Amino acid sequence: MREVQYQDIVTAVKNLILTTATNLPEDTIKALEKAYEEEKSDVAREVIKQLLENAKIAREEKRPLCQDTGLAVFFVKLGQDVRVVGGNIKDAINEGTELGYKEGYLRASTCNCFTRANLKDTVGYNLPAIIHFDIVEGDKIEIEYAAKGGGSENVSRAKVLPPAAGKQGIIEFVKEVISDAGGNPCPPITVGVGIGGTFEKAAISSKHALFRDVGTRNPDPELDALEQEILEEVNKLGIGAMGMGGTKTALAVHIEANPCHIASLPVSVNVQCHSSRHNHITI
Amino acid sequence: MATYHLTTPLSEEDVRKLKAGDVVYLSGTLYTARDAAHKRLVELIEKGEDLPFELEGSVIYFVGPTPPKPGEPIGSAGPTTSYRMDSYSPTLIKHGSRGMIGKGKRNQAVKDACVKYGAIYFGATGGAGALLGKKIKSAEVIAYPELGPEAIRKIEVEDFPVTVINDTYGNDLYEMGRAQFEVKE
Repeated sequence: MREVQYQDIVTAVKNLILTTATNLPEDTIKALEKAYEEEKSDVAREVIKQLLENAKIAREEKRPLCQDTGLAVFFVKLGQDVRVVGGNIKDAINEGTELGYKEGYLRASTCNCFTRANLKDTVGYNLPAIIHFDIVEGDKIEIEYAAKGGGSENVSRAKVLPPAAGKQGIIEFVKEVISDAGGNPCPPITVGVGIGGTFEKAAISSKHALFRDVGTRNPDPELDALEQEILEEVNKLGIGAMGMGGTKTALAVHIEANPCHIASLPVSVNVQCHSSRHNHITI
Repeated sequence: MATYHLTTPLSEEDVRKLKAGDVVYLSGTLYTARDAAHKRLVELIEKGEDLPFELEGSVIYFVGPTPPKPGEPIGSAGPTTSYRMDSYSPTLIKHGSRGMIGKGKRNQAVKDACVKYGAIYFGATGGAGALLGKKIKSAEVIAYPELGPEAIRKIEVEDFPVTVINDTYGNDLYEMGRAQFEVKE
């Protein structure tokens, strides 16, 4: 069995967080550049231009892209032939998160859900991280990370539709969520849609869908067609960049679908702002 | 749609000339506040006590910045979503505040207060925190340091770029922009 040192995971996670906070990923930059070319509203084009300039400043001067440096969200695929030595992987990810957020002068945004007291001096700086684990074949550890901001999370929604609602019901629900959200989640957005499974499975799928690179197509032709159809519908809403009106409300729609109960059709919509800070490493 | 360069504090004349969609470059002092600070300000007003800054003509920026790196006044500092301040803003406007900077739509009570008392809701580009942080030349916590990122800061800005969303005539750029580009079946 392969062994990986606890400390190596801590360092890798810390570096992942530092890089992601100041470097907008290439896929997102390309998508924004394309949106800038295609957008019909001058006001929205000006906003997108500012976003591209912001990404350049952040990268060159190592400044956080956004003051909302998010909650740290991880999807971890742990190979069944690898063992962490010197501690457990969950603690290592949390420790790397705390170090990364502190060293990068990123914002500590976790708080007690009732008193709203910041947890930086009690639980830890921007802790706890949100971690989803999966066990897979092999001896590698794959860590996907995203800094997930609050504004786009606040407009996200899940609902269990009756099976008869079908694809049309799903399209209507996504449109309703994005229409109600308007400019609040910082468009142009990426729309993560989780379909099927159970109530929570749909929600987790909608989150994971956002980790896919913008501009890549869904390998499943049926889902790919549904993604394109929803994208077209969402962009008819006219919300535009920062809600100021325009033709590019969303950069992409990403769907992950699962088998579900014969009685249910769960659907979850998780919205990602334009500052889609996501990245991954394999250890 | 016009472009203006304005310096705070803003007068009623300053704000009455602005229309939804105008681009404004603000210079001078802004005060930062989010939900928690707003709650305390409104409580002070209700008790008739002094506020930590002069409200008359003030522009309040809804922001919770990242911590500054050594030698810098502030970290990244883009706007937060404004609706969380909707229940407090009308009181501050009634007592003299002339402007708010945030992102996202406001409720009718805020829009009505802008019309009645003469105030503007400006939108700044959400997620442009690195760019906007550079427009801030100095920052000083003047109240509620225990709130961390949510403390009230007095900040000095130079040509801080904002767009008029809600003006003193009841116009709303979000509604106007969307109506122009929405494709109805």
